Formats: sequence, C-alpha cells, structure tokens
Amino acid sequence: MAVKVIIPTPLRAYAGKQESAEMEAGTVREALAGLTTRFGELKKHLYSDDGRLRSFVNVYVNDEDIRYLEKEDTQLRDGDIVSIVPSIAGGTSK
Amino acid sequence: MSGDALRISDALLRRIHAHGVETYPHECCGALLGKDGETSREVVELLPLANRRDDSPRNRFEVTPSDVQRAEKKAREMRVDVVGWYHSHPDAPARPSEFDREHAWPWYSYIIVSVEAGDPRDTKSWRLRDDRSAYDPEVIESVAQSASI
Repeated sequence: MAVKVIIPTPLRAYAGKQESAEMEAGTVREALAGLTTRFGELKKHLYSDDGRLRSFVNVYVNDEDIRYLEKEDTQLRDGDIVSIVPSIAGGTSK
Repeated sequence: MSGDALRISDALLRRIHAHGVETYPHECCGALLGKDGETSREVVELLPLANRRDDSPRNRFEVTPSDVQRAEKKAREMRVDVVGWYHSHPDAPARPSEFDREHAWPWYSYIIVSVEAGDPRDTKSWRLRDDRSAYDPEVIESVAQSASI
C-alpha cells in the first residue's frame, strides 16, 4: 500500500529535513520499519533499547490512535496518512 | 537546525516564571513557539498548557498528543514552529532529571525554571544530545523584546 508518514518537527533533522516520506507498507510496523531503514538515525528516538516504540511516541493512522486499533499490526490502505505525534513529559527526580 | 543560543524576551521569561508561581507546588508546562535559524533560535510566543499528570503533578508533567497538536496548529497560524517546551521544577534545581532525559525528544529546547518556596529562581535551557546520552546546556540570550515575526 502506498502511504505517507508524517515526520514530527523534532525528528526532521534526522530525516533529511523532510516533513513526510512516501512508502509502501501493509502495516504500521512496516511503515515505521521502512522509515527507520531509510533514515537510520530515527530509530533510537522512536524505539527503546528493547525494540518497543517509546511511550511518548504516538502513532495515528489518519486520525485514529493505533493504541485503539491493532497497534503496530494495524493494517494500512492506499492513501493512508501515518502520523508520528510527540507527547511531552518530564519532571523532577523526586 | 542549530542554535547555540536561545533568544527569548524578558517579558516571555517573566510569563514562564509567573506560570511556575501560579501552579506551585505543582509543575507548570507550556510550548515555546518560535523560529529556528542557522545560528540561533528565537522564542516569539508561549502557549501555556495544562499539566495532564493529575496523579503526580508535584514532580511530573505531561503534554498530551492533542495538546502538542494544538501547539503546532497555533505555531502554523503564526508561521513559526514549536521549538521547545518549558516546565517548572518546584523546590528542585533547574536541571533535567533522569526522568526528563528518558522522555525527551531531540532538537527541542527545554526550558526549566526552578520555583523554590513559591519564588522563581534559576531558569535554564537544555538540549538532548543526538545519542540521547545526556543534555547539553543551551545559553539563554535574554532580549528586551521579541523580533517581529
């Protein structure tokens, strides 16, 4: 399936300054794998050392959060927009 | 991308301090809207946001994806970018914690203001290293007034 992946502002520096990338993918997992294969520097910012998507990395297919779909196994259709949207967290060490 | 300095007006810094005082002893948070240049980065507006960590607001803050999208929409309307985020550390130093580092994004500027006993003290800005190993301090260049956008 031909899909478009929207790259969030803080990661564009690691993706040739592109706002989005077009790729062939059948699932969200394949789309993100395609993205990190094309732009290797993105991988450590999207995935933790154990290979899971970081908790503050949110992925939407069109306007649906994949946590409420089939997560990374969510199927994609031609023309789908896969958006990576940050959440921001932090705080003191106390 | 660059920015060995973060330019921000005194007026905007005072608004960040006021937000930290208003929410004390809870953490405040908000978006930094501005322009990223080759040699410096400038904050031209703030978007104060609600801290969504209702369970632990004294030592944690969270900006949800929908609030991030709201900040990005406001930035687009102003023809600027979300260049970073600010938050307060109530009764704690203005330096990133390990929890901050684990949750940080690269590229963004992270302003932290320490609020001690209700008074704003240190204000510092930080950038995550590309390899995520640590933060580097970013010089805050305080300017009298933001450049017009």
